Amino acid sequence: MKNTPSVEQHLEIYRRMLLVRHLEESLGALHKEGRTRGPIHRCDGQEAVGVAATAVLETGDKVATTHRGHAVYIGKGMAVHPVVAEIFGRATGACGGRAGHMLVADAEKGVIGGNAIVGAGIPAATGMALSMQILGTGNVAMCVFGDGAAQTGICHEAMNMAGLWKLPVVFVLEHNQFGLTVPSEVQSPVEDLSIRAAGYAMPAEIVDGNDAVAVYRAVSTMVERARRGEGPGMVECKTYRVEGFSTSDMGGYQKPEDIAAWKARDPLIVSRKALLGEVGEAQLAGIEAAAKAEVDEAFEAALSDPMPEFSLDEACNPYSEAH
Amino acid sequence: MAMMRYAEALNAALREEMQADPSVFLFGEDIGRYGGVFKVTKGLMEEFGETRVRDTPISEQALTAMAVTAAMTGTRPVLEIMYADFVPLTLDALVNQASIYNYIWNGQVKMPFVLRTQGGGGAGAGAQHSKALDSMLAHIPGIKVVAPSTPADAKGMLKAAIRDDQPVVFLEHKLLYNTRGEVPDGDETVPLGKAATMREGSDISIFATSKMVVEALKAADLLAADGVSAEIVDLRSLRPLDVNAIVASISKTHHAVVVNEGWRFCGYAAELSATIMDHAFDELDAPVARATLPDMPIPYSEPLETAMLPSAEKIRTAALKTLK
Ligand SMILES: Cc1ncc(C[n+]2csc(CCOP(=O)(O)OP(=O)(O)O)c2C)c(N)n1
Ligand SMILES: [Mg+2]
Repeated sequence: MKNTPSVEQHLEIYRRMLLVRHLEESLGALHKEGRTRGPIHRCDGQEAVGVAATAVLETGDKVATTHRGHAVYIGKGMAVHPVVAEIFGRATGACGGRAGHMLVADAEKGVIGGNAIVGAGIPAATGMALSMQILGTGNVAMCVFGDGAAQTGICHEAMNMAGLWKLPVVFVLEHNQFGLTVPSEVQSPVEDLSIRAAGYAMPAEIVDGNDAVAVYRAVSTMVERARRGEGPGMVECKTYRVEGFSTSDMGGYQKPEDIAAWKARDPLIVSRKALLGEVGEAQLAGIEAAAKAEVDEAFEAALSDPMPEFSLDEACNPYSEAH
Repeated sequence: MAMMRYAEALNAALREEMQADPSVFLFGEDIGRYGGVFKVTKGLMEEFGETRVRDTPISEQALTAMAVTAAMTGTRPVLEIMYADFVPLTLDALVNQASIYNYIWNGQVKMPFVLRTQGGGGAGAGAQHSKALDSMLAHIPGIKVVAPSTPADAKGMLKAAIRDDQPVVFLEHKLLYNTRGEVPDGDETVPLGKAATMREGSDISIFATSKMVVEALKAADLLAADGVSAEIVDLRSLRPLDVNAIVASISKTHHAVVVNEGWRFCGYAAELSATIMDHAFDELDAPVARATLPDMPIPYSEPLETAMLPSAEKIRTAALKTLK
């Protein structure tokens, strides 16, 4: 099929999904021990969206993501240690501990960045695409956003301009069935949110968001079009948030049978099964052990890294003579 | 009297006002089925149904604009905006809509809506979930802005806010929801625009609202150990402002510290300081000191965030400096 990832590409996607899974599970365990600070939004069970979508991108392409962005950070090429160190507010974190887990950025890798104002990533990526069009860079901007974000007013404004001006931006909708605690049927009268793409004259495709290959294929098609100057596209990835909204979620509103059904179709299970037909058990086991070791090492290092020291930001000083 | 958490006191106020007046309704993100992310609206959808307690999509801009016109046409909406950091999304409805109509339409419409939100730092929630932004709101003419610090005031002032015919922004604090205090039984309201003296003192007056009142009270203990008698005045309402209470306290102590969890430049502390100059300049023995957030974004990492937030220790330092 067109744009199917090669076995090597799929193996790399699988490896990065494993990194994200171990990252999330380790965070969950440390939260239970009271060793995390502030709410943390895990994306376990949704790794295929963030990892496979960004696997399509080149280094010069940019991505804006959400408060639940760990898969995008790792998918777009950030190493595990600076992400973990940022989550624990360390001086060695990707942003020196200033950003925290929701707002991570790595400009060199094209991650600019996590965003915790729901919906704000959509015009953010659209603005990057405008700049790419004006400069003629041939790059593409991507926005990974949620079903909750799709209901914001700014989503409409940004997508309208993306369609109107044929901007090189790809909108990846991570439809995990919930806003914060509110199920999507209480947020929108339509089930498939990507039907709205028609109103912006952009193509859209709905895919199984737990199938990394399906996500990769659909996103590649949209990225190629955008790169050719044919305008924006949307991919709606159907998935499910198997963990709570965040570590401060008090629960009680997700159906256990839904969680179990989606867990049975976990993206790691789907990819492993597909890959087993291509490579041997031994190779997969090797990748799995290495991923676990990489994440364990990153946590061990990050947790003993130093905390940053406070200083006033001169750029914000209203009395600064530099202004 | 009953011992209650701040969040429970708010919940009781909402329940009582909804029982008393069928035109009161609640809407906001995650407030219904889940009962609100801080559980302020817990149990209200079960009690009053899905028409009067609505879970909404993530649509702050439209929700606020709708609250304005729903209020003009016979209902008393109470809108929850989950974090004060999202208030900038509501500003057109407040600044260009709600604040102007009563005046430009020459009193033809009323706008009895309440926008409840919570702000403030100290919870490790990062640069987009930790701001107070009360100064920005208090800047708008035609809108009342209140920020109670105790469960009793939370209940009494929310009831008063719901009954008020002007728009009221009701500011809560994420670190106050679990604080406890005695709350009077029954239908007690607390008027909007009246300060409360939380602790009498003779050497210096400290003016604060919301969580900063808690810090100011701790600062008063620290100052007592320094041999300084501090008077703590909880303004409770940022707008309208109880100027008489401010002048009365300063006439006694002749020194003042103004505390605000927001940014310093063009902030509420600057306004208080100017108000004191306007009304009590002759009573002052020293310049007014400010304890505020420095002018920069709020970082995530604990030592960075802690270093920034106004605290009892920083209020004490400001007080000692102006007393010197
Ligand atoms: C403007 C704004 N409103 C509300 C919130 C609070 N909030 C944070 S995440 C969230 C739900 C977002 O849902 P979705 O976009 O589907 O992302 P998901 O959490 O499912 O990944 C809400 C309401 C916010 N951060 N920003
Ligand atoms: Mg969602």
